[in-house]
Amino acid sequence: MSDLSTSTVKGPETTVSKISEVVIRFAGNSQDGIQAIGGFLARLAGRSEQEVMTFMTIPSTISGGPSIFQVRIGSGEVLSAGDEADVLMAFYQHSYEGHISSLRKGGIVIYDSDHVQPNPEWEKNYRHVGIPITGRTVEAIGGTAKDKGKNIFSLGLVAKIFDLDVPKLERLITERFGGKNPGVLKNAMLAFNAGYGYSTGSILQTFQFTDSAKRSRNQVVMTGNEAMAYGFIAAGVRFGAAYPITPWSEIMEILRRELPKYGGTFVQCEDEIASISMAIGAGWAGRVAVTGSSGPGISLKTEALGWAVNAEVPLVVVDVQRGGPSTGLPTAVEQSDLNIACYGGHGDAPRVVLAPMGVEDCFYTAIEAVNIARKYNVPVIILSDQSIGTRIEAFEEPDLEKICQDISPDLSPVEDYTPYALDEELHRRVVPGTIIKNGKYPVAGGLEHDEMGHPTGTPQLHMQMTAKRRRKLQRLAAELPAPKIYGSPEGNLLLVGWGSTNGPIREAVDRARAAGDSVSALNIRNINPLPPGLENIFAGFDNISVVEMNDEGLYGYGQLCGLLRARFCDPKIRGLTKTDGLTWRVREILERAKVTIADAVRKM
Amino acid sequence: MSESTVQNPPSAPAALLPGERKGLTKKELTSDHPTWCPGCGDFSVLALYLKLIEKRKLWHEKIATVAGIGCSSRFPYFVQANGVHYIHGRALPFASGISLTRPDLHLFVFGGDGDAFSIGGNHLNHAARKNIKMTYVIMDNWVYGLTKKQTSPTSPIGFKSKTDQWGSVDQPINPMKQLISAGASFIARATHANPNHLLQMMEAAMDHDGFSVVECLSECVEFYEGAFDASNPRKGGKFELVPADHDVTNDVAAYKLADAAFPGYFGIFYKSDRPTKNKLEAKINADVQEKVAGKKDWEILQATFNKLK
Repeated sequence: MSDLSTSTVKGPETTVSKISEVVIRFAGNSQDGIQAIGGFLARLAGRSEQEVMTFMTIPSTISGGPSIFQVRIGSGEVLSAGDEADVLMAFYQHSYEGHISSLRKGGIVIYDSDHVQPNPEWEKNYRHVGIPITGRTVEAIGGTAKDKGKNIFSLGLVAKIFDLDVPKLERLITERFGGKNPGVLKNAMLAFNAGYGYSTGSILQTFQFTDSAKRSRNQVVMTGNEAMAYGFIAAGVRFGAAYPITPWSEIMEILRRELPKYGGTFVQCEDEIASISMAIGAGWAGRVAVTGSSGPGISLKTEALGWAVNAEVPLVVVDVQRGGPSTGLPTAVEQSDLNIACYGGHGDAPRVVLAPMGVEDCFYTAIEAVNIARKYNVPVIILSDQSIGTRIEAFEEPDLEKICQDISPDLSPVEDYTPYALDEELHRRVVPGTIIKNGKYPVAGGLEHDEMGHPTGTPQLHMQMTAKRRRKLQRLAAELPAPKIYGSPEGNLLLVGWGSTNGPIREAVDRARAAGDSVSALNIRNINPLPPGLENIFAGFDNISVVEMNDEGLYGYGQLCGLLRARFCDPKIRGLTKTDGLTWRVREILERAKVTIADAVRKM
Repeated sequence: MSESTVQNPPSAPAALLPGERKGLTKKELTSDHPTWCPGCGDFSVLALYLKLIEKRKLWHEKIATVAGIGCSSRFPYFVQANGVHYIHGRALPFASGISLTRPDLHLFVFGGDGDAFSIGGNHLNHAARKNIKMTYVIMDNWVYGLTKKQTSPTSPIGFKSKTDQWGSVDQPINPMKQLISAGASFIARATHANPNHLLQMMEAAMDHDGFSVVECLSECVEFYEGAFDASNPRKGGKFELVPADHDVTNDVAAYKLADAAFPGYFGIFYKSDRPTKNKLEAKINADVQEKVAGKKDWEILQATFNKLK
């Protein structure tokens, strides 16, 4: 909302300012339905052709505890959920005190005057607007609802302040609550209208978004977990198995609900090992299947994953990363599973690792993973994370008619079949049900094997088969597109990131370049194998900082950084890591990058 | 929905029409030479499995033989058909993935007491509870043979092994009781020493629509010789069939039958026709698909996306 005062229109009653974007943070408790307000705003933005990105924290306690939802809506490109909020809506004293520091100086804090006692010191730096949110909600709905509905009341307030499209919002509320008992929808509308009609009088101006660029296609609005689940459906996946764990569970819940429409099934298993085993079994039987988990569940799956590598059975495993090790931080974000994804398990077990860089990319990465698994007969791990998985973004609606694919197995008879042929070619995997005319049928196993899958312990074959499994990935690497640099191809600093750090890193580049600093960025989606051409990209920069949400390790760099240093032996590749369980703020990246580079220069 | 994009596995195995295709011979079904020790009970189970395939005229491509880890789990390598030698203890969930996506296959799982009752114990409980259609033959030898004589979950108290030098002190699992409690819908007990009976049990298990289990005593001549002599009339023991008046649909009666001291009874202990998960899931799908009838896959997904705008 930096250009808040660019054009102020003074009307007879209120002041209307044109803005291009705004960051609003709602802070309350987890049972207040804060996510619902954010969801409505995000969806509204999507329908209004605006860009939107959200961020939320939820406590890992079973019920209750502080919760926030931050939504950034803009007419231009929105890359992150925003470092600082323009507006803070605080429901309780703890929300007010805990989040005032997230508000930019001069920002607006709207607080529930029934619960919050404002601090006179802070009143000097932030515009304070006290509204009896609880009281007015109870008044609007009636006593039996207690304070339920104050989220919708607050939505009404926000709609008024930001001159949002009320008919569209009312339609969203109707879609959300319409199916339930009619009283629920009636109460929601009463609360919304009470909020919208509440007179903020002269204390607050009204803001209007500038028009967004027209889009050729509609936008859809969803979380990364939703995008991933629907990506699998589009990719033709019709079977999956998993065990519930946060923040992965949402994907399995969606697949369980949706797959039957397509004749598929998703099974909730007794444990993580059964889940991956069932998915591998289904994949062996003919069609790539999916399993997934977070943190601890991924550790449990690694033995079976090694089997799929050895037996060359396609599989897709989703890891929605959270803070680790062990139970760690179940509802916070971290990127500390890169090592287990690339190397987890015993033995030499090459597998493919992909990292989607945002919500939209979750949809397309799911499809890419399925197709790599099928083509190379290899397990593919998708490294999502809590931040991408739970945040809501709007993105251009995919052309589903073109994208949806059929991956039913080909059961047409073959003359003969050598499942592990050492000829370096990619073969069609012949699955059960296929007549093999020479009568020699394959066995898939975990033992080292000959070309027909039968056990052998000969030194020669173990070397050849190990190399064969590795060379499939080398072949894939050669086929990957070179990643694109964001910004100039030459300069002082290249910020390298993977996964969900893409947005804040790009925004950091924009900000640095606007300030005259020579900074570019590179997001690596293909973690294992790495894409070709990285050395040429790196050669264009004096410094390379690998920005990650994981620990700096014993030697001062994070997990991707370690991989890149091992691969390129380049001492100018340095780590830039953190482990606070929060997404990177743009400012944080820039400040830390400057320190890292200054350090390096001194050391030289 | 375009027919081609639906997961539409061929329907359940069809009966062979006379003259359509010849059944397989033992020679055509034989693959690697078994690596078991001479005299091992597992030879008998393998021979009867091949005989079953011959007798029932199953075709190579329609057979899936799955195993975990252990001596008995080498099984799939010795059968000329689609085979899987999976990781220790997890053959059942692997096979469940096959069963739930490929109802057209004849699915058999073979394994030992370690796979079934120790490392894979919980998978046995859940495959049974969910009643996932497959046939599971547990070749129980009361000892860990592949790793050369350690205590097994079915080793009797007092059994001296490399991990219980003074004799095992842990109460052994009673396979029949375990399977009844878990909810397996077909439970039978057999021994490698009575091939005709074992074949009958395997055939009845194969014909059962559900999770069918045969616990087959299979002697390890190397590390637990004579373990089952008391059940073998040729060695002075007694082979007693489940009493003719036993009600196989009564799980409490089955549990009482399982209480008999070794050698106990042989035959079908329990059988229930409760619906399989395969059928229950198919029912869910049929109900859900009624609402999207006539739509292509992408159109169904499009309808979902329209709600996310």
